[in-house]
Amino acid sequence: MEKPKLIIDGKRLDGREFEELRPIKIEAGVLRRADGSCYLEMGKNKIIAAVYGPREVHPRHLQDPSKAVIRYRYNMAPFSVEERKKPGPDRRSVEISKVSREALEPVIMKELFPMSGIDVFVEVLQADAGTRTACLNAASVALIDAGVAMRGMITSVAVAKVDGQIVLDPMKEEDNYGEADVPVAFLVRNGKIESIALLQMDGRLTLDEMKEAMKLAKKGAMQIYKLQREAIMKKYSKECEDYTKDVTSEVENDG
Amino acid sequence: MAEDILMEIKKDYVLSRIKAGERIDGRRFDEFRQIKVQTGVIEKAEGSALVKLGNTQVVVGVKMQVGEPFPDTPDRGIIITNAELVPLASPTFEPGPPDENSIELARVVDRGIRESEAVDLEKLCIVEGEKVWVIFVDIHALDDDGNLMDASAIAAISALKSTVVPAEKFDAGDNFNLPVRDMPISVTSLFVDGKFIVDPCRDELSVGNYLMTITSDRNGNIVAMQKSGSYLLSEEKFYELLELSITKAKEIRGIVESQLESQLKGD
Repeated sequence: MEKPKLIIDGKRLDGREFEELRPIKIEAGVLRRADGSCYLEMGKNKIIAAVYGPREVHPRHLQDPSKAVIRYRYNMAPFSVEERKKPGPDRRSVEISKVSREALEPVIMKELFPMSGIDVFVEVLQADAGTRTACLNAASVALIDAGVAMRGMITSVAVAKVDGQIVLDPMKEEDNYGEADVPVAFLVRNGKIESIALLQMDGRLTLDEMKEAMKLAKKGAMQIYKLQREAIMKKYSKECEDYTKDVTSEVENDG
Repeated sequence: MAEDILMEIKKDYVLSRIKAGERIDGRRFDEFRQIKVQTGVIEKAEGSALVKLGNTQVVVGVKMQVGEPFPDTPDRGIIITNAELVPLASPTFEPGPPDENSIELARVVDRGIRESEAVDLEKLCIVEGEKVWVIFVDIHALDDDGNLMDASAIAAISALKSTVVPAEKFDAGDNFNLPVRDMPISVTSLFVDGKFIVDPCRDELSVGNYLMTITSDRNGNIVAMQKSGSYLLSEEKFYELLELSITKAKEIRGIVESQLESQLKGD
């Protein structure tokens, strides 16, 4: 297949600037059964994340007397991509699950929950490039929604090189035909990027391009971080409001 | 259990040495173990290489078949990379289907070969849209004394360099050398006590699997990266490591190429 032109008149195929994210929508607490959950859209990506735990670990021999065991399952729905994906874990999802878990592990305060397990499940309902980063963003909000103690927020975004240009948050066409893809996740703490929690790359970049990519990733991550925070604040301010309403109506009824 | 206690003791020792600016085996922080590459170790394979990186040993065999191309690349051959961490190679490896570590190993090695475009896949098309060469790169760990990643990457590209396409066997013309035009080299480092040590050995890994692999091509471009392990990496350290890894890769490429040259001259 011929590679289409990805940048026309200084704009990307979907009309975005180089340093522009796709539209993002985040909602916390969308599932009833899970201890914490999050629904997230990032462009055409549609992700749902659930957190169960801290809870008992099965099988038992996996228990750790000094800290919680973290499990992370990245899974794509068969209908999430153009050509139906065979259900179940493939090699790609196993690798993504591993690096994503490793990004969250140093951020979750595992030592507070010995003998227990924290399960993070993320389902990709629709995929359009950058799913691992979208999933981590959703997982991070779901963990906070579940009340799991964390050292900070994990915020993730990908950067790509397309038509020789470093761009933020590539969509499908840019990912398919681009020259490089760099998914990154940062630990954001006290409103500042503190360190790198996930870092992968494939493609071809010079040292300077890599540095430029990181700069762009940081810029994008801070915007996503704000939206993650807003989603959590929104859910909890609503909960507070509902609670106050209940209490006031009770008082009124008693009167 | 005994293994756990030993690891705990080793960990303290490794850390104390590193704090003192030394490594337990006397290497510099940026020094690889000795590399030995031997190609042609498996006659039944189209290409093969045994790599010793210190005491770590990996054999890679390349087998080739004629198959159908992927619909989106009808004029290109196919590379499939697999890794088996067989129980013979380490007391911690279990038999059974590949776990996340062997999948990660195979995929990171694959990424280096694929993204550097080391193998000229366009020359491996037989009939466009119908028949292309399929290359199976199988990584077989023999002895895991740490850093299977770099040992496997060296073994894989060396095995590919030694591969002769078995065209006669498949009635597809004369046999020919597999067209390999680059040599991606991965450099894996262990992040410990705010410093990086390259090519960590097993005992050094007792401090934890805080690893970063950076693969670069002949021109010093970065072609693959993988942060592996539950740790946080500072941005400054990452840039430091990028430069170190590219420099180091050049040196390793020189060592591997000089060994290959003397072995593959006959072809």
